[in-house]
Amino acid sequence: MTPRALPVVLLACIGFVAALAFPFLYVTPNRLLSGEPHSPHVVALALTCVLLAAAGVTSVRGSRVAVALLAWALIAGLPLLASIDARTLLLAAAPSARVPLGAGFWLMWLSASLLLLDRLRAIRMAGRVVAWIALLVAIVVMGSAGAFDTLALVREFHAQRGPFMDALLTHLTLAATTLVLALVIGAPLGWWAWRTRRTDGAVVGMLAFLQTVPSLALFALLIGPFAWLARAWPALGALGFGGTGAAPAVFALVLYALLPVVRYTIAGLGAVPADAREAARGLGMTRLQLLSRVQLPLGWPVLLAGLRIVAVQTIGLAAVATLIGAGGLGRFVFLGIGQGANDMVMLGTLAIIALALAVDLLFQAMLAFTERRP
Amino acid sequence: MIEFEHVSKRFGEHVVIDDLSLRVDDGEFFVLVGPSGSGKSTLLRTVNRLVPIDAGSVRIDGVDVATQAVEPLRRGIGYAIQSVGLFPHRTVGENIATVPRLLGWSDGDTRARVAELLVLLKLDEPGIADRYPDTLSGGQQQRVGVARALAARPRIVLMDEPFGALDPVTRESLQASLKAIQRDTATTILFVTHDMDEAFGLGHRVALMLDGKVAQVGTPLELIRHPVNERVREFVGGSRARLRELAVRQVRDSMRKGEVADGDAIDGGASLQDALGAMLTQGRDRLPVFDDGQLAGAILLADLVASRE
Repeated sequence: MTPRALPVVLLACIGFVAALAFPFLYVTPNRLLSGEPHSPHVVALALTCVLLAAAGVTSVRGSRVAVALLAWALIAGLPLLASIDARTLLLAAAPSARVPLGAGFWLMWLSASLLLLDRLRAIRMAGRVVAWIALLVAIVVMGSAGAFDTLALVREFHAQRGPFMDALLTHLTLAATTLVLALVIGAPLGWWAWRTRRTDGAVVGMLAFLQTVPSLALFALLIGPFAWLARAWPALGALGFGGTGAAPAVFALVLYALLPVVRYTIAGLGAVPADAREAARGLGMTRLQLLSRVQLPLGWPVLLAGLRIVAVQTIGLAAVATLIGAGGLGRFVFLGIGQGANDMVMLGTLAIIALALAVDLLFQAMLAFTERRP
Repeated sequence: MIEFEHVSKRFGEHVVIDDLSLRVDDGEFFVLVGPSGSGKSTLLRTVNRLVPIDAGSVRIDGVDVATQAVEPLRRGIGYAIQSVGLFPHRTVGENIATVPRLLGWSDGDTRARVAELLVLLKLDEPGIADRYPDTLSGGQQQRVGVARALAARPRIVLMDEPFGALDPVTRESLQASLKAIQRDTATTILFVTHDMDEAFGLGHRVALMLDGKVAQVGTPLELIRHPVNERVREFVGGSRARLRELAVRQVRDSMRKGEVADGDAIDGGASLQDALGAMLTQGRDRLPVFDDGQLAGAILLADLVASRE
């Protein structure tokens, strides 16, 4: 067996074991209490069996598309199966009863997703985008047709629809603001460090040190100084600047984002051949022309690859920002933990993961587009 | 006209150019030759101010380059380097058009000039202007590099070992192209090389640089026949200098007019080295010379051997 085939079989096995060993669904009397487990859906079990068998065969034959298609079908089909199961379970239960998804479902679903992710890596960018968008469309269409309404997670979503959409928007705004600020500050900083050959200097060292500060601690540490700033300059306070809220959150997120932006700016500038730079100078380009006509076009792909990492990292980190009142999808996670409402935690977590994956895909598409020659 | 007057340059403690004075005339093909570290590249780069000098002055047509704005100065001087330094994200045409674009030429003028240069430098594969540099051979890339240096019709062109990384056949072909272009346009070329044969083959005048100083400056024949000291003699090639002399001199200057000989004729514009080669190939000690479209005379082995005046 080739090393490349290993993840396929491993993930399929995890899915299969999960299907056998963990409950697929629970039935709970209401949204907070725990309930009794229910075993896997027969069809889900059968599908995982087929996937495992297919993985075994195709890992030898090397066909990625077959496994990818199976995984795709599993990701779209598992929630539907769970929902059908839930419908029959709810018929016999009280009106306040809920049917949350169990560990068996999540593990199967996760391994199918990872499998799809892994198999799609070998496929062209356009194909990847189409596969994920098709998946999204399939799930959204089924969801808005009410196909998943019997599941506790979807009920939770319907109950929180307004706050959820707000949080999603806030989360995106936080991440986008962070990214733009990190680029505006980090790119010139990287350029300066590269030009003065201070790539291992104090500034980069400081930023590297900041990366080691736990995010929770950094957020907490910023409350004091920001509150003081807002008191010292009431004008700032009037703009929503304060110890808590978006300002310190974005500040902390930018601090974390700076190091990768600076590093990748330096790497991007380093990717420009020295002889091309020498020729550009010798032919009479100004520093600005050198930057815009030679360094930026040649270094941009490297910087973009860095921004992709920063974007995904920021979306994850922004979950913690809710703790200092900045809002965002992390709100559901922490509120859910506090209330013991697992579906609420799940709602926030899934949304953050989906957002991170979508942004990652977006950057990959941009990267593929940039690297293609006009 | 380029004048170096008492130019000095040091990098740290190391003196690279030591109180050097030199004059390059208009329309001259001037070669700086010397071993690595002799300061020839540094001297070249003082002209377009890529290297600032510590003392003395570099003047173009009487105007000190240090008093001129640096970018306009550089745009007015062609520049080609050994590593070529083409912009990998620009097509061949866009690379050649770099300086005309910087100077704000119209699109039509730029396009016409690029087309003209492609022909001039024998870059005549169809569609080559729209290809990217990494699809070209090393020789083609350097032809593009030279075309880029010549694009805005500069009166002065600086070339830093432009053919150093090429194979001998490609190099000779490019040398011939450059020589013809220089002759036709009367561009002043300041050319750096460490290859003595290249220096003598291209230069109207050659300056041999040793340790940041000009050891001797003169025509190739002057350096070969009258080296000022032992070190120059050594660099010019000792006993092999006579072979170099054959390469520098033309058949028409040594032939006996009106005499006849058997065998395949040799062109009057060929070098004496070519003539010697032809004699060895044909197994003869005299060959007919063909010049200006007719048989003009004969060249004799004895004249090659005794060609020292």
